[in-house]
Amino acid sequence: MLNIFNRWGINIKKIIKSAKKRLLKMHFESGVGHIGGNLSCIDTLIVLFHKLISSKDKFILSKGHSAGSLYVALWSIGILKDSDLITFHQDDTLLAGHPLPNKIKNISFATGSLGHGLSLSAGIALSKKIKSTKGQVFCLTSDGEWQEGSTWEALIFSCHHNLDNLTIIVDQNNLQGFGSTNDIASLSPLSKIINGFDIEVITINGHSPEEILSSLKKKQNKCRIIILETIKGNGVSFMENKMEWHYLPINKDQYNQAIKEVDKS
Amino acid sequence: MRTQLSDGLIKLANKNNKMIFLTGDLGFMALEKLREKLREKFINAGIAEQNMIGVAAGMASEGFIPWVYSIAPFCYARPFEQIRNDVSFHNLPVKLLGNGGGYGYGVMGATHHAIEDYGVLLTLNNFKVFIPCFNEDIYPILKLSNSNEKPTYIRLGYDESDDGYIPPKYETWRQLTIGDGPVIIVTGPIATTYIKAFGEIEKKKRPNLWILGELPILEDSLPKFLIEQINSTKNLFVIEEHVAQGGIGSQISLVLIKNNISVKSFTHLFATSHHLDKSGSQKYLRKKSGIDLNNVLSRL
Repeated sequence: MLNIFNRWGINIKKIIKSAKKRLLKMHFESGVGHIGGNLSCIDTLIVLFHKLISSKDKFILSKGHSAGSLYVALWSIGILKDSDLITFHQDDTLLAGHPLPNKIKNISFATGSLGHGLSLSAGIALSKKIKSTKGQVFCLTSDGEWQEGSTWEALIFSCHHNLDNLTIIVDQNNLQGFGSTNDIASLSPLSKIINGFDIEVITINGHSPEEILSSLKKKQNKCRIIILETIKGNGVSFMENKMEWHYLPINKDQYNQAIKEVDKS
Repeated sequence: MRTQLSDGLIKLANKNNKMIFLTGDLGFMALEKLREKLREKFINAGIAEQNMIGVAAGMASEGFIPWVYSIAPFCYARPFEQIRNDVSFHNLPVKLLGNGGGYGYGVMGATHHAIEDYGVLLTLNNFKVFIPCFNEDIYPILKLSNSNEKPTYIRLGYDESDDGYIPPKYETWRQLTIGDGPVIIVTGPIATTYIKAFGEIEKKKRPNLWILGELPILEDSLPKFLIEQINSTKNLFVIEEHVAQGGIGSQISLVLIKNNISVKSFTHLFATSHHLDKSGSQKYLRKKSGIDLNNVLSRL
């Protein structure tokens, strides 16, 4: 763990910090919410796109409401430009609140209705196995999304077909649209429930780039699920673990404070 | 049509290695040979149709042509959002095979009927629908579907034409009987229950029976001969085993209006409802809807 940190840790942390600031700017300028769930998964997206995903791999954002983080991650590796990000949520944009089927590189599917991404990922992973082609499929789901029956259908399918080239990542921030997952339809602890399947289950700190990278890089022998323990609104004190930041846009003062806090972190 | 489907897909698979076949746990006594042929590319996706469509879309995005088979409503109604978001939004070549179109599953009950299938699917971007009438239509339709690179739905049913009847080669529009009577446009194998009786009607009153095999109807697709017949008789019937909303009745009306073709009499016979109170065979349910042969003859 220490070696990994020494080799690239400082650099990746800087990238994450800059991505978080760009995300906040984009959401502030467009007056758009969904910031909380973007901040809970942005560390993972940055690690994935900077350290793991090659042209042979596929990434599917099943939690389409975190499109902002995905756009910023793609900006951070040069696929999107500032001139693209300033169109976020505006008329005539390629970057809608949830991804469009407009074939931007690394955005394979229009997601946003929850419970779709894992089946799509399973189809891609199975195709790779049938074709004997290399590459890994990464699918990022939310934790609330596990209330969708189709997600479980896809999990059954993925385990049955032994999709050892599929990594399912769960952003477990414990909050959903109108309350906490535990109060609405608890699956807690998700890891224990999923452990009953023929799957590798790993639970990590979803805000530790070191843990994210080492778990994602670990060789897998069967379908794998990595549960990220995360904080909704991570890194911005007044947003952390507050359900309302699933939706709310930020005003000027809040934006300035948020940037200060991210800078200091 | 299931035998023809299995044989046709085997034939196609011999020419094309992009085929993947997914079934929602159906195909007993029909698809065993196909399973043997396709091996790991034949996937019983289990009783999980939403996942089956999502997986098919994922596989199509990787270059495969997935054929997805189930009892019709389980194929298009249960996973509708997956068909819309994952397949149609991305214009992926996923081929839906719905068995038992219309009242095909008869007394099995209303849950198994598909009387709003093509209406619903044609509201989606890029969708093509094929409705085979005869067993012989299956292979040409499979070939067309295989090469059209679009999301496609094939509504399978039961060919009831007499043994020995040789249907005309598959085309979008085909005329089955010719006479001086009204023009009758029908889609699907219910037309096979009219052919013999219409043929026995004297020429002066005999209907001009046309079958339509592909939807949506393109504005300029009406055959010249069909237009001439409508213009000369001014008496048009449209019959379908589908609800009126979204059916071919309204599509044909629109095409006629856009082409400045007028009629004096327009009769639309269709599946009037799921008939939820009492059920029966496909024949019984067609009769309840007034699309059976006897009712059609009485309306001529």
